[in-house]
Amino acid sequence: MTAHFKDRLATLAFWLAAGVVVAVLAFLLGYIMFHGFKVIDWKFLTSEPETIKAGGGIGPNIFNSFYLLFLSLIIVVPLGVLAGIYLSEYAKENALTRSIRLSIETLASLPSIVVGLFGLLLFVTALGLGYSLLAGALALTIINLPLMVRITEEALRTVPQDLREASLSLGATKWQTIYKVVLPTALPGLLTGIILASGRILGEAAALIFTAGLTTPRLNFSQWDITSPTCPWNPLRPGETLAVHIWKVNSEAIIPDVRRVADGSSAVLVIIVLLFNFLARWLARRASFRLTGQ
Amino acid sequence: MWAIGRLRSSLRREIWGYGLTAPAAVLTVLATVAIIAFLTWKGLSLFFVHKVPLSNVFSTAWHPERPAAEGGPQVGILNFLYGSIVVSTLATLISTPFGIAVAVFISEIAPKVGQRVLQPVIELLAGIPSVVYGYIGLSVLVPFIRNHLGGTGFSLLAGVLVLSVMILPTIASVATDSLRSLSHILRETAYALGATRWQMIRLVLLPAARTGILTGVVLALARAFGEALAVQMVIGNIPNSPTSLLIPIITLTSGITMYMGNTVQGSLWNDALWFMGLILLITSFFFIILVRYVGKWGVAK
Repeated sequence: MTAHFKDRLATLAFWLAAGVVVAVLAFLLGYIMFHGFKVIDWKFLTSEPETIKAGGGIGPNIFNSFYLLFLSLIIVVPLGVLAGIYLSEYAKENALTRSIRLSIETLASLPSIVVGLFGLLLFVTALGLGYSLLAGALALTIINLPLMVRITEEALRTVPQDLREASLSLGATKWQTIYKVVLPTALPGLLTGIILASGRILGEAAALIFTAGLTTPRLNFSQWDITSPTCPWNPLRPGETLAVHIWKVNSEAIIPDVRRVADGSSAVLVIIVLLFNFLARWLARRASFRLTGQ
Repeated sequence: MWAIGRLRSSLRREIWGYGLTAPAAVLTVLATVAIIAFLTWKGLSLFFVHKVPLSNVFSTAWHPERPAAEGGPQVGILNFLYGSIVVSTLATLISTPFGIAVAVFISEIAPKVGQRVLQPVIELLAGIPSVVYGYIGLSVLVPFIRNHLGGTGFSLLAGVLVLSVMILPTIASVATDSLRSLSHILRETAYALGATRWQMIRLVLLPAARTGILTGVVLALARAFGEALAVQMVIGNIPNSPTSLLIPIITLTSGITMYMGNTVQGSLWNDALWFMGLILLITSFFFIILVRYVGKWGVAK
């Protein structure tokens, strides 16, 4: 076997491997969409899930997913951005900085079920929040904090040093430079990262089983008393998200049309996640256009 | 006066900058310490509260509901641990060659096709939520195994296949990054010496990128070890030792998922699950150290 022939063979093998990966994805997406589209209609998307009967929908679950996303973003974005600013603009190479970086690395590599267990101990039980959207949002905050910090650091690092120096030489303080010059310049990059993280948050389930819970009370969208358990906006009520619903109907539920509900829910979840990914991509392309003019 | 006022206000702003950003960063340390403290405390209650001997915990006998008269309760977690180790190791073994091949394809074989097609495909695979992987495994893979290979279909094999697709993006993207970061001089030198592309890849690029590739493999292994729901949906959740690909097994994560909500807080059974949680935490530290070690090993050479 000549070296040239081996080279050809290897090239063929690489094309094959790449083809297999593309085929796997095509099959996965095709399967989800094909089965999902037979199920999805307006009634499925808006009606309440059933516990024993067939014919349930996923309306409250979709609402819970987005509301939980919103709740966790209003906590994790400020925290993550501030911590990211600290690391990229203020931190010196010392023990504190090293322990912060080690902590971020640790948090990033924790399995989400471990974070869920911690949430169950601290938020649900010790702080007395019970199974609630707030407890779920706090667990999601822990999962996404390291990602948010990294996104911020990376976005800030793409801001040219000249801009900072120009601002400082005009007499601005460091903090003025950061929030009037650096942050606005890094904003598109930050937004891209936040949207990507959002897609991940929407798909998370293991941590939420133990924190946000497996149930949703009957929601009344005309109830505006935020302390009422039927008020959709009450952060202290339990809320089963779409991703958790997919898991629950498959492993615990006794409804006769598990297949139908799971097919529809999976397709809706995947479509939402894909839309977030496309949005982030589009934004990233626009952002790089703005920065480089190409 | 004006100058002093100005100085004062800029000082105040600097304090704002530090005062807002440093506490946020320190919070990550507090969160990490809290997680370690809470899970250690709760995980060790199996020994401190229930006084269960180590020989009971580190055995394969799992009968947490058996009364004392019949020799119980037994909370042997070894089958859970074996299950986690075997399922994640096999998944990584399948996924690694594909991940590396994809990375080489993107960086060396067909960069245009790679970046236009394969890279988005990898990102999409990474974006699909794990419950969806579990569900597809449950509705496609499990019946397929049942009909063509035997058993109930809920099996180690189903878990391995689902996980290997889930962790592929991790290996592929880390390996792609590390191949891309290699200097062009390496490639040109190899070609100048008369190497074919395959020789250049095998003898120059892959050895040069091995640190990055190994890091990706360890990260993927860690992800597979910690994945809970997708595994729980397809492996059957019966505490067997993983002796055959076709039998149902259980893992640390799937055991916790199955029982945590259905056992009484503070009971022996429940605290055995918290101990499993502690083991997961310790394992994830082990992987962090391993990644650091692999990184240093590359730099030293």
